[in-house]
Amino acid sequence: MGSLKVHQEKVTSEIAEKMCALCPFHAISYEDGTLKIDAGCRMCRLCVKNGVPGVVTFEEEAAQEIDKNLWNGIAVFAEWEKGEVHPVVYELLGKAKELAEVNGHPVYVLLVGYELSRIAEELLHYGADCVYCYDSQYLSEFKPGPYTNVIEDFVNKIHPSVMMYGATVKGRSLAPRAAARFQTGLTADCTVLKMKKNTDLVQIRPAFGGNIMAQIVTPNCRPQFCTVRYKVFSSAERSRQASGKIEKMGLADEKLKSCVKVQREIEKPKTIDIAQAEVIVAVGRGVKSRQDLAMAQELAELLGAQLACTRPLIEAGWFDARRQIGLSGRTVKPKLIITLGISGSVQFAAGMKGAECIISINQDKNADIFNLAHYCFVGDLYEILPKLLCRLKGGAR
Amino acid sequence: MEILVCIKQVPGTTAVEVDEETGVLKRDGVEAKMNPFDLFAIEQALLLREKYGGKVDVITMGPGQAEAVLREAVWMGADRGILISDRSFAGSDVAATSYALSQGVRKAGTYDLILCGKQTTDGDTAQVGPEMAEFLGIEHIANVEMVLEAEGNELTVLENQENCQRQLKLFMPCLLTIEKDANTPRLPSYKRKMKTGGLEIERIGLSDFSDKDRRHYGLEGSPTQVERIFPPERNASCQKYEGEPEKLGNLFYQVLLEKKFVSENKV
Repeated sequence: MGSLKVHQEKVTSEIAEKMCALCPFHAISYEDGTLKIDAGCRMCRLCVKNGVPGVVTFEEEAAQEIDKNLWNGIAVFAEWEKGEVHPVVYELLGKAKELAEVNGHPVYVLLVGYELSRIAEELLHYGADCVYCYDSQYLSEFKPGPYTNVIEDFVNKIHPSVMMYGATVKGRSLAPRAAARFQTGLTADCTVLKMKKNTDLVQIRPAFGGNIMAQIVTPNCRPQFCTVRYKVFSSAERSRQASGKIEKMGLADEKLKSCVKVQREIEKPKTIDIAQAEVIVAVGRGVKSRQDLAMAQELAELLGAQLACTRPLIEAGWFDARRQIGLSGRTVKPKLIITLGISGSVQFAAGMKGAECIISINQDKNADIFNLAHYCFVGDLYEILPKLLCRLKGGAR
Repeated sequence: MEILVCIKQVPGTTAVEVDEETGVLKRDGVEAKMNPFDLFAIEQALLLREKYGGKVDVITMGPGQAEAVLREAVWMGADRGILISDRSFAGSDVAATSYALSQGVRKAGTYDLILCGKQTTDGDTAQVGPEMAEFLGIEHIANVEMVLEAEGNELTVLENQENCQRQLKLFMPCLLTIEKDANTPRLPSYKRKMKTGGLEIERIGLSDFSDKDRRHYGLEGSPTQVERIFPPERNASCQKYEGEPEKLGNLFYQVLLEKKFVSENKV
């Protein structure tokens, strides 16, 4: 906490020139003998660290410190739909238990909705100390307004130190609104979370399209809010024995009613769009005949993946053109792409090199695709794939 | 209908590097552009103006250079551009940014509808819209695919959820964040560029806000602090497997397990 102060008495035109050149955001300028820092400043404080000493200083201002001992517990917001808990919730619970251990904090679940008893019982199998239920007909549908009121009530009564949300469509709408209500920090899409002894949550997230990682803390506000994407952390294991308790919470109806009305729900039209797919199985000329595609199709089904292909297979008429990856097809950025019998031409690579994980099978160990892939399997896909399919279907090794 | 669209200037590319010694972003020579997600919000606003009349203002927060995105929006068809700029906002996190924006919006005028892009390409958090709505004390709906109808002060919108779409009715004033690819944004018009060449961009600073307390903005007003930034660990060493098909099939399966693309209990 603090601000930058320019000591004009130390500024000469020579020094000013150095300082202006130093700022990576071009926020320092020199006009009429005055060194100015403008709104481009990002408070990186490079001018303090690397500038001519004493010209710009950082003036610390002591903020009033909060009593962190008043805030206890790691709370997970339990998103659910149509009677099913969103799997990200179990992953958050797995991480919450780890974080809670550091300072011996309890793990809480906040469950919001209507007719929740079955879901609440189920959540007791994942190691939470307490599941807090706000059960009301007014909460049967997700609406940011009333759901934020519920979180406000929960935080005011329970005082959790941390609140974790899935970075889902609902989580991304709800968490910021609730964070703003408490004027506390929220870190989106954390990929690493650690707990300090002083209960500060260390939150690491990618920025600038993943080109930079930022480590973020919320040192003087509680609760500390964060969101985490699905499939980032490992799921808590379900134990046979339920543990912990269910606590029924109540809130006045006027806090739960909303002037937002849901008029109807529409099923999303299912179109072929490999660009949106999270997992893709792509095939190339290594697949010898059309009926062999069944193997790839089976793999795709087992992984919940979309099937895609290279240009030659479109030309052969084996696929709908909407399934082509590459410069003349679609650009994809899935979490996982499995390439089968694809050599990896420049044109193909241009359409898929943004994938987070690339696994490739090819016979030619010098194939270009192996310069791109994170996992390279050198061999005959007609031999490897059946073994893999067998394992995926529960076969023994 | 009086509409305000919140936009942002972002680096032209996400290919930025960290200076390992100082931990500061190297952004020299990186060109700036309008956050591409904002184009859909501007287009939605212009469509509503065509249908129901009214005006479309655009607002942004940033240094003086950020005027460029306001001009671009005006060339697309917006009526007025407002820049919120003040050194006091330096080092703002999401909460401080949203708060400063909400103060700027109050100063800029009275609006029926506030539109934001779904997220930005540099911060990538998708949080500023909902936080602003909270600070402004109005309802918000995120991930809006389309505004279907406006009648009186009631709005019908189509919202994207994970597994379905919902048709919602709500009252204005409210804030919507507009989904990517919700529409086809028009290009800036050369004619408008010529006509609005000398357009004045209004500037708002801390002294124009109703809350002038410096401690509520910038680094000081930010609940979160960036402790450090660092380059990501590159998974540079690729794993290469050769050998018996049996072994390779097993290894493949292990990779899928490890990366959580399949779970053990599924089998």
